[in-house]
Amino acid sequence: MSNWIEVCAADAIDEEDVIRFDHDGRTFAVYRSPEDDYFATDGLCTHEKIHLADGLVMDNIIECPKHNGRFDYRTGEAKGAPVCVNLQTYPVKVENGIVFIGL
Amino acid sequence: MAHFVIIGAGECGARAAFALREKGFGGDITLIGTEPLAPYERPPLSKAGTDQAPEPKFIATLERYPEQSIDLKLGTTVIALDPATKTVKLSDEQTLTYDKLLLATGAAARGFPGVDSTSLRIRVLRTHADAVALHAALHPGRHIAVVGGGFIGLELAATARIRGADVTVIEGLPRVLKRGVPEEIAEAITERHRQEGVDIRCGQTIEALQEETDKVVVRLAGGEVISADLLLVGIGALPNVALAAEAGLAIDNGIAVNERLETSHTDIFAAGDCCSFPLSLYGGRRVRLESWRNAQEQANLAAANMLGESAEMSAVPWFWSDQYDFTLQIAGLADDAVTHVRRDLDDEAFILFHLGADGRLLAASGIGRGNAIARDIRLAEMLIATRAHPDHAALAASSVKLKSLLAA
Repeated sequence: MSNWIEVCAADAIDEEDVIRFDHDGRTFAVYRSPEDDYFATDGLCTHEKIHLADGLVMDNIIECPKHNGRFDYRTGEAKGAPVCVNLQTYPVKVENGIVFIGL
Repeated sequence: MAHFVIIGAGECGARAAFALREKGFGGDITLIGTEPLAPYERPPLSKAGTDQAPEPKFIATLERYPEQSIDLKLGTTVIALDPATKTVKLSDEQTLTYDKLLLATGAAARGFPGVDSTSLRIRVLRTHADAVALHAALHPGRHIAVVGGGFIGLELAATARIRGADVTVIEGLPRVLKRGVPEEIAEAITERHRQEGVDIRCGQTIEALQEETDKVVVRLAGGEVISADLLLVGIGALPNVALAAEAGLAIDNGIAVNERLETSHTDIFAAGDCCSFPLSLYGGRRVRLESWRNAQEQANLAAANMLGESAEMSAVPWFWSDQYDFTLQIAGLADDAVTHVRRDLDDEAFILFHLGADGRLLAASGIGRGNAIARDIRLAEMLIATRAHPDHAALAASSVKLKSLLAA
């Protein structure tokens, strides 16, 4: 059973973009796809703990700004060097124009 | 069963071995490395980490090699390569026969002319063992002299300073980062080092180096004498080509390969720091890239072509450096640029776009705190790859998203 935490207004994230969200000592990356679907993953790249919110979102991939670790932000799956470990993902819902993340 | 041999267990060789498996190769793979350690990432060696002795950052756990049926031979040197019989002779007197061979032999740090490589106080940095030895010398009260104001020299200067040592950088050219880094960015880096208390001396020629029992004495051409506890030589790297040269392979500032990373001999490929290749994005000029990303990309490309594909090198050269909390990144080659457009991202972060005479974006160089420039440099890299001719005003205006130019 998820505990839904408010992140931001839905339009506070640009289309095909990512923002950083911090909650309870943890950090997350929250994404908006070109289709206006929303996703969330752990915030830090599993390679060297660089925040993914500074990275580039394109074609459902988040690319770490530092060393180009790539993940499918919908599933958390790592997409090749230099990353070995998948990202944890979290459920996201939008209600009344507000994005919530399920923790 | 086919046997693929990879000589060199650094970033490139190790990645190539795993890439062969990812692409479905079911034959035998032997990966041979001279160092005793399993393949590890080299970029952290020169950069500031914790105060502890540096731990190697392994590319894969040791278990992954047998899991992937990769025969990893560490502490082993290839002493001869015979393309006629398709064999390599190892330092343990074994002889291996290969069907395809990849030379990923990397590069070695250039030493100071006339200095014995076993010197304890005059050192280079290339391996994890070098980094461990160096780490022990970085303490408050110690004076570290760095010869060479390139990436390695400056990263080490920053690391030494962060650890509390006094640092002097001696550069022969009129400014630091003369090769491939524009003056405005070199100035920003120099200023930052000076703020941190690093003594940067440019335009200085070293007349003599002398190692004494408790110090190193550097005599400059102007007569000045600098005394240091340890001297680090960061004057570039030389490709490891001896094995290839003795085997008769073509050499041209590295093992000469074509766009598909094939050497002058059938069934032998070369990739990473050790090879030079023609880069079609820049008119086919031959380049040799000493960069982490290049080692990874060429590893994948070599693996594909060893398996019979015909993929060509098309990636945009990309470099980065971390010094203090600043990151510097460069995408592309700016040599032929005639116009430079500046985009200011914040007070300290900016990007220079380098454009050719025809308006084509050739390169982008940026510096900033943390990851301030990363996204724009990545997008610039994509624009460079597509040979874009972006509007100057759009490049200069940070309010214009570079992503929008990609779609244009």
